[in-house]
Amino acid sequence: MTDSSLTTITAKPAPAETQSCWSCGTMRAVHFCEACGKVQPPAPVDYFTFFGLPRKLNLDVALLEKDFYELSRKLHPDLNALGGSQEQAWSLQQSSLLNDAYRTLKDPIKRTQYLLKLEGVELEEQSKTATEQARSTGQIKKQIVPPDLLEEVFELNMQLEELRMQKKTGDDDPALIEEIGRQKVELEEKQKALLQELEGRWKMWDGMIQRTQNGQPVSEEERRQERDKMVDLLNRRNYIRNLVRDVNEVLESGN
Amino acid sequence: MSTDRIVGIDLGTTNSLVAFMQGETPVVIPGDDGSNLVPSVVALDQNNQPVVGNAARNSLIEAPDRAVYSIKRFMGRGVDDIQEELKFFPFRLAEDLQAGEVLRIRLGEKTFTPPEISALILRQLKRNAERFFGGPVTKAVITVPAYFNDAQRQATKDAGRIAGLEVLRLVNEPTAASLAYGLDQKQNGIVAVYDLGGGTFDISILKLHDGIFEVIATNGDTHLGGDDIDNLLITIALDDTLGDLGIDLRRNAEAVQAIRKAVIEAKITLSSQPSVKLDIELPGGKHYQREITREQFEQLIQPIVDRTVGPCKQALKDAGLKPEQIDEVVLVGGSTRIPKVRALVKELFHREPHTNLNPDEVVALGAAVQANILGGGSVATENMLLLDVTPLSLGIEVAGGVTDKIILRNSTIPASSTQFYTTQVDGQTNVAIHVLQGERELAKDCRSLARFDLKGIPPMAAGMARIEVKFLIDANGILHVSAREQRSGKEAEIQVQPSYGLTDEQVESMILDSFDSAEEDFRQRQVIEARNEAETILAALEKGKKSPAWGHLSTDEKKQIAKMEKALSAVKAGDDYQLIHKAIDALNQGTTRLAELMMDSAVSAALKGKTMDEADMGEGPTAPHPMAPPEFQ
Repeated sequence: MTDSSLTTITAKPAPAETQSCWSCGTMRAVHFCEACGKVQPPAPVDYFTFFGLPRKLNLDVALLEKDFYELSRKLHPDLNALGGSQEQAWSLQQSSLLNDAYRTLKDPIKRTQYLLKLEGVELEEQSKTATEQARSTGQIKKQIVPPDLLEEVFELNMQLEELRMQKKTGDDDPALIEEIGRQKVELEEKQKALLQELEGRWKMWDGMIQRTQNGQPVSEEERRQERDKMVDLLNRRNYIRNLVRDVNEVLESGN
Repeated sequence: MSTDRIVGIDLGTTNSLVAFMQGETPVVIPGDDGSNLVPSVVALDQNNQPVVGNAARNSLIEAPDRAVYSIKRFMGRGVDDIQEELKFFPFRLAEDLQAGEVLRIRLGEKTFTPPEISALILRQLKRNAERFFGGPVTKAVITVPAYFNDAQRQATKDAGRIAGLEVLRLVNEPTAASLAYGLDQKQNGIVAVYDLGGGTFDISILKLHDGIFEVIATNGDTHLGGDDIDNLLITIALDDTLGDLGIDLRRNAEAVQAIRKAVIEAKITLSSQPSVKLDIELPGGKHYQREITREQFEQLIQPIVDRTVGPCKQALKDAGLKPEQIDEVVLVGGSTRIPKVRALVKELFHREPHTNLNPDEVVALGAAVQANILGGGSVATENMLLLDVTPLSLGIEVAGGVTDKIILRNSTIPASSTQFYTTQVDGQTNVAIHVLQGERELAKDCRSLARFDLKGIPPMAAGMARIEVKFLIDANGILHVSAREQRSGKEAEIQVQPSYGLTDEQVESMILDSFDSAEEDFRQRQVIEARNEAETILAALEKGKKSPAWGHLSTDEKKQIAKMEKALSAVKAGDDYQLIHKAIDALNQGTTRLAELMMDSAVSAALKGKTMDEADMGEGPTAPHPMAPPEFQ
């Protein structure tokens, strides 16, 4: 890396008067000027706002894709390559913000995680700290097991360990493989069910946001409860996903 | 603006090309030898002047210590990375090379870094384009393998700068190919591009939607290609000569290059013939002969070809697609001419691949399309936009030597991630950060991109500082880093120590080394080339005067031609190349009818059973063989 790595790219908040386009002076859209098409300085907004969406979890992904393509046609650096260096820098920032936002919002899990983060839940930080602690104490990938899964998981881990040993010595037991495969299918079913359950929570959340927009008060307690339910679902889903990954690893190893 | 011509360059392992958008179609610009492909070979002549392309190829055999090929495999790599390669490539590294330093390769008495060697190739392409346009070319789009990492991309960009080119964009080769394909086909759907070239393999899966080319997943191997097949055949020949004749040629660079040339020829033949006979003269006059059937060849290369399977499956998996969901598979790269490779692609994607595009040229053509888009577009490219991805995950080393991935592979670029760091000790003013690229769990298994210190953090109690570090991958796939201490709002200073990269100062000095008189060089070259062109047309005219066609011209026509001939002869001696070009154009125009008459008599002569030569056509245009560069004896 040479010069480019040293470039400092800092999103500077747009000054108040830039409600009008820096280039032609017309009132402008958030990202680019409707009149002259010029990319505007990025404003520090969250992903929902970037797309002009309310902080709701049910969203039309096809519509999001359409907006993503349309905004790409305005903001992408390839289409602003003839502009001055400042314009090009804005285009790069706006375009990366657009891509980051789209990547996050189109995925149901990432979208939920992001919303919770905006709500002040430090999901990522929590799990990161936990993983880093686990790693420094040598316990890689140890997570807190959801209590109702405890027994099942314990059993499965035993079986996985057994299969690992068998694979090492080269005499894997087809019955064991079948049994683990069956459990894997069950886990995947559970994963799907959790996603559905999560989507159910989205409805509750979106309803609550709608009520707020309609001027009906929503208590902080209610908001917190909704958040906690989603956090719990995400944790469980995460746990099962990792488990499925482990199972796949063992099943596919040595083949 | 005519001075702002942006060209598209395919800087290949084996061959390089330059192309541009002529009206609504991308075209390849030929070199002065009429060939579209410039072999990516660089040699030093007797006067230590660099020679590039076909001219350099002979040096490979005659003076292998003064020539280098396949330099692309060495771009952005350190001495530890290339031990395996060095077994096959007869390159001599500079003796004083330090670990962690950019490679330097010895040619004759001089040493060159891989970006400098690539720059020589780029400069040749630049010249070809300048001759073609009759004016300077300073801006380019250059293609790179999709699976190139940050260091390899940066090295390519540096090469452009050294060659005096502003690199407006690095485009991934398979994506570039898809642009050329899409321009041609204009259909929505899912396309897979399978690109097996001389030294690299890429697979990219794209969604084409109303002019948007959105890459969904990409994968590959930057050290897999035709070179590996060649090396395998060379090894067999060397083993044979050692075993049967007792001659060890492994250290004999001339002999190895002669064998290399012969096996490449054989490999190419086997794509169209059921068998081929190798016949190589060895030092001492003995001949090495061997017959290879296609069946044997296919068995031999199976392990190499099979190495493309893993990346293809991974790309499909990452894209969340089944082979049946791919609407078209486009083949790119010379190695996809091998029937075995085509069979494998068919098996992998359950369909016949699209082979209508010239696999040698399609990447350069796509680069020209992208150059056109960057230059403001045209009617043909009006709605086209490329949304590419980063091929490798970007990570940061955290406690325990583990990689914490912050931007996942296949994220659309530009992409960014913001991370927060704090201090561990009271008054700490520096934080060290190690940036990695790769998919592996442990930092030591990933590619180290850079280590840097966040400096100038205001002293405060441990854990109080909150440093925001923004990692941004731009549209070239190159990383930028910026940092800010949030509590004080102070910008932290970042010092990046590039892993195997050139520093800015190094690149600057290399530019100065080769470009201290670029403008003058350009003008002089133009004059010389214009004079040569004038000589050629004047000689052709002399020939025409002796042909029967001359008699068919009216006295007036002959008078006109004589006048223009005189004018050209007059300006030819001067050094205004534009005047010379004008006179050439005039004479060309004036002799159109003569040329037509000559053509007619040539055709009728040919019909009477005479050959074109006997009909005195002079030298016809050379037609490049569709299979391979025609340099073999």
